[in-house]
Amino acid sequence: MNKLHSKGDRLYTFIVHAFLIVFTASILLPLIYVIMTSFAPARDYYTRSFFLIPSSWTLEAYHYLLNNPGFIQALKSSILITVVGTFINITITSLMAYGLSEPGIKGRSVINFMILFTMLFSGGLIPTYLVVDGLKLVDTYWALWLPAAIAPFNVIVMRSFFGSLPYELKESARIDGCGEWKMFATIILPLAKPAIATFTLFYMVGNWNTYFSAIMYLNDDSKWPLQVFLRQMLILNDEKIGQLAETVYTYTPAARMAAILITALPLLIIYPFLQKHFNKGMLIGSVKG
Amino acid sequence: MHQHVTQSQPASANLIPSTKARGKYFKRAFPFYTMISLGLLYFLIFRYGPMFGLFIAFKDYSPFRGVWDSEWIGLDHYVRLFTESDFMLLLKNTLILNVLDTVIAFPFPILIAILLNEVGNKYFKSSMQTILYAPHFLSWVVIVGITMLFFRAQDGGLNVLLDAMGFGRIELMTDPKYFRFVWLFHNIWQGAGWGAIIYLAAIAGIDPALYEAAKVDGASRLRQIWSITLPSLKNVILIMFILRLGSFIEVGFEHIFLLQNPLNLGVTDVFDTYVYRQGLVQGDFSYATAIGFFKSFVGLAMVVTANTIAKRFGEEGVY
Repeated sequence: MNKLHSKGDRLYTFIVHAFLIVFTASILLPLIYVIMTSFAPARDYYTRSFFLIPSSWTLEAYHYLLNNPGFIQALKSSILITVVGTFINITITSLMAYGLSEPGIKGRSVINFMILFTMLFSGGLIPTYLVVDGLKLVDTYWALWLPAAIAPFNVIVMRSFFGSLPYELKESARIDGCGEWKMFATIILPLAKPAIATFTLFYMVGNWNTYFSAIMYLNDDSKWPLQVFLRQMLILNDEKIGQLAETVYTYTPAARMAAILITALPLLIIYPFLQKHFNKGMLIGSVKG
Repeated sequence: MHQHVTQSQPASANLIPSTKARGKYFKRAFPFYTMISLGLLYFLIFRYGPMFGLFIAFKDYSPFRGVWDSEWIGLDHYVRLFTESDFMLLLKNTLILNVLDTVIAFPFPILIAILLNEVGNKYFKSSMQTILYAPHFLSWVVIVGITMLFFRAQDGGLNVLLDAMGFGRIELMTDPKYFRFVWLFHNIWQGAGWGAIIYLAAIAGIDPALYEAAKVDGASRLRQIWSITLPSLKNVILIMFILRLGSFIEVGFEHIFLLQNPLNLGVTDVFDTYVYRQGLVQGDFSYATAIGFFKSFVGLAMVVTANTIAKRFGEEGVY
């Protein structure tokens, strides 16, 4: 495919690459601008409109943010929500998926259907809120962790992954007298490392980026995660929308950009390491349940 | 796989349920039921619990009287919903956004997957992929936030640039006429690269011999895409299209919620945002539940219909 035979082929290759480069540039340029503004002095932002290299480099914005108690509090909340939440997610999901992948377990198909059905139909926002409220979870982190403990789609994909492992493996372990739990921990989990890593990432994305659940379930603003803090910071600064929200605070442009960057960074650093796993058709064959 | 089970158990175990056989089955199955139990409990409480709670859609729910003691009012909430002028607005906004998204955004992942497949250099290809996936990992707060900052009226970088170029400044986030464009652009920007994964996986499964044969026959690369790549993707595209149609009453909530403000409510209000305002903000719980129920029900009917149609066309369907 690498050999170019004709003018037409060369033109074709050029168009293919040009399109991809335009698309990736539209992704990279805004991000680069955010990064550069966060390291630039305020006058750059006000006088140079759109720039890619700051006139001088400064860490002022980061000093300011890391000394802002509200920001630190929100950062801690986000880390707690993500670490505990993801642990709950991946534990319950992989156990359930593995249990359901064992052939010959009675009631399996009923439970499988139950899981699928929740992807097609849900009780909706208000009834879910009433359940969380009824369990007295409002204003606790459990209100973020428990209602989102499992994504049905992930159970279905993991189940078919566990089901695709050779059954002879389990048979021979059983003949050797290995218990089911021990087998899960010592034989199955090591084999499932790529899948576990991928789904851990997917759940992490959900937990770290959660915004609306926090708004809905947490009235206590000392518990608010980074996403909510960032939103307040940006919206209260917008003249027009901010007026409607009765603004009082002001942040420098660099501080706003730095806050965006810190909020986005953790996931942007992690995902490239797992790219080869979710690339390899993690999702194919799983569109079907 | 089922064969293994019947081999490892006496065939009579399931046919003649003697106490002994049953005891043996439970002893074998117990660890698996334990593994499933936590997840099952989750589904019962947090997924089926709310469905059970849907009956308040037919009640005049008051927090003081509680779910059980509130008065039954039958279909009153639905009569109100269908006669209120808001309903047509919600439906119109929902449909316009979904049509735009399906017609314009849906083909992008397919296009990107095909283009990536045409790239010969492995390193170029994988670094393009890394960049294309990045927006999927950004929250809507971040994406909407960046857009807001770029177009701030008095000092947003792009607005200053537009002004300098003589186009004048635009109120991108508050002027209703820009909303649909911004929303659609965000969807493509965030989802197109990530959405390409599934098509890339399908392309990876195509037999390379097909391309070899086409080359021998002198087919151009465009011709190869048309006659080999696209037909091989037909099933995946159809399944994704069915999934898309099944969610036609749905608009991604967080995204639109963050783009919404009192000035653009006329074009941004959809069922979910309306449910949120009526329910959690105004406190009209049972009316909001009724609207949510209507939306979920229509959604279910649409997925089932789309799936049935796909099966009638001899395709596999989603479930």
